[in-house]
Amino acid sequence: MSGTITYREAVRAAIQEAMQNDERVFLMGEDVGRYGGSYAVSKGLLEQFGGERIIDTPLSESGFTGAGIGAALNGMRPIVEIMTVNFSLLALDQIVNTAATMRYMSGGQFNVPLVIRMATGGGNQLGSQHSHSMEGWYAHVPGLKILTPATVQDAYDMLHLALKDPDPVLIFEHALLYNSKGELDKQAVPIAIGKASVHRQGKDISIITYGISLFKSLEAAEILSKEGIEAEVIDLRSLRPLDDETIMASVSKTHRVLIVDEGWKSGSVSAEIMARINEQAFYELDAPMQRVCSIEVPFPYARHLEQAALPQVDKIVTAAQKLMEEL
Amino acid sequence: MQIDINQASSYYRQMLLIRRFEEKCMELYSHELIRGFLHLYIGEEAIAVGVMDAAGAEDAVIATYREHGHALARGIPAKAVMAELLGKAEGCSRGRGGSMHIFDAKRRFYGGLAIVAGGLPLAVGMALADRMMKRDRVTICFFGEGAVAEGEFHESLNLAALWRLPILFVCENNGYAMGTALERSESEQNIAKKASAYNISASQVDGMDVFAVAASAKEAIAQIKENSAPVFIECLTYRFRAHSMFDAELYRDKAEVEKWKQKDPLTLLKNQLETAASGSQLDEDALEKEVASVIGEAVAFAKNGTLEEVADLEKFVYSEEVQQ
Ligand SMILES: Cc1ncc(C[n+]2csc(CCOP(=O)(O)OP(=O)(O)O)c2C)c(N)n1
Repeated sequence: MSGTITYREAVRAAIQEAMQNDERVFLMGEDVGRYGGSYAVSKGLLEQFGGERIIDTPLSESGFTGAGIGAALNGMRPIVEIMTVNFSLLALDQIVNTAATMRYMSGGQFNVPLVIRMATGGGNQLGSQHSHSMEGWYAHVPGLKILTPATVQDAYDMLHLALKDPDPVLIFEHALLYNSKGELDKQAVPIAIGKASVHRQGKDISIITYGISLFKSLEAAEILSKEGIEAEVIDLRSLRPLDDETIMASVSKTHRVLIVDEGWKSGSVSAEIMARINEQAFYELDAPMQRVCSIEVPFPYARHLEQAALPQVDKIVTAAQKLMEEL
Repeated sequence: MQIDINQASSYYRQMLLIRRFEEKCMELYSHELIRGFLHLYIGEEAIAVGVMDAAGAEDAVIATYREHGHALARGIPAKAVMAELLGKAEGCSRGRGGSMHIFDAKRRFYGGLAIVAGGLPLAVGMALADRMMKRDRVTICFFGEGAVAEGEFHESLNLAALWRLPILFVCENNGYAMGTALERSESEQNIAKKASAYNISASQVDGMDVFAVAASAKEAIAQIKENSAPVFIECLTYRFRAHSMFDAELYRDKAEVEKWKQKDPLTLLKNQLETAASGSQLDEDALEKEVASVIGEAVAFAKNGTLEEVADLEKFVYSEEVQQ
């Protein structure tokens, strides 16, 4: 059973199936019901499941995220939708201080099987309060799992994986991916949480990335290929846990590393990956590692400025070329 | 007032257990056997004891960092709590929680939460789950009046009222949030009134009077079940000791503390018995002895407890430990 659908439809299908198969699953968030979801992911679900399970909440990020934790503690499998990662900062207390800690500080007595989905990323000219990629921050926190589906298949699979997980899982859906189309095979065995996937094999350089930057990296790899540079492109899929094994195997093969991350450089996932390669595979490197990240500004509105702030295909190509010139 | 001597004696024993337990904690703190933050419940015992009397075994309890009293009144064995305070593997949170993070799944005790107001959203979700699954349970959520200034308080009260959730909110108004008196932090100091503004049935009760607290909690729980809507009780009380062990109490008069000590919930209960002239009396000596032996055992148990293996430091971060 495979076909081409949008990323948005894939997330919706996964929610729909999960709700059909498990009465404990419900969706809660701002405008998920009557409005149909701020990115239209949940459109039609209210009609199908009713207001008891597709719950419109007031503008209370901390309140309803905490309610998701409470419901998870009390036997449910809630999916909390937060409109964007910027607004999730109002729920940071509940996510970091409660969801992530409950199991540990109770000595293993209580776990929190909660799924939180939110949109992330820039490129829609939404300015400095709607465009940032802060998934890297969340990846700092033990007790959470951080997923970044890039493909339609992962958009579908990861929701199911997250719902099966006994611990809190945050899913970051890049806002520009909702309209992207791809193949969905519902019968395919999902790749586990914590496993990266190699999207393109290559022997010369490893491009390590996640989310929407995967597609920019793949495009860059095709350009590089015409110049005789074969890039291996790795989609991390999960920022916590990170798949050290796949990363190090690739480094040991190509000996050159370029990381592409839409987050800012300072204190980012890209920095973490560099540190790990330094710790685990330093002597495999033939050249200093490089990265392409967002420029360190609050995101601007004007299109040309925003595009200049984001990682782009040409920046990736240039960075890779430079890296290949190193002896 | 008619007073059942067995009931009175049971309340008294529970409050005395908490009082003596907390005094023992202070002593162990000065011996450096208990470390970290330690918040004592002395003076406020009637609230936990009265409310827990109204709670059923199926109901859930969420409390704050000042929760030893709630844990004991809920029936968590003193030795499991004491072992936790001493950081032992036998502690109810296996040494990972400490004084501020007491948990007990069996007794549906969900903390021990140390972010002011952080427990209120949890209560909303717990009650939402019960309602969705059509379970006849109540979630009881304790917090101090300091929580009232937090956004999570307002978000949670609104959600609870809007969704008509079975929650008993218990505000323990002891007049101070650390060193900040209520009148220095709230424009409206009648907290029950604030709850009423959310269309929640709310009242004030004398938090030093265990009978009054129990009666109002019982009525509240019946009302919650009947109307399927939350109820809010503001218990007026006072903490006799410092906020924590790191508090020089510069912000209040000794005279004020002494005035409140006249309303000591243990003394009040004894006086109530006397004026009730039921002819029966508390056997105070016997109760003291009984409590002393429970606490003695708890301390011995905790001292003899083992230390969690350092090799297990990362245990319980995730349900199945993941490779980082
Ligand atoms: C969000 C948050 N802010 C500040 C603190 C530090 N703090 C701990 S207890 C406390 C006072 C709370 O007072 P109240 O809610 O009245 O409870 P009480 O301690 O009097 O029982 C403060 C400010 C905290 N734990 N959490």
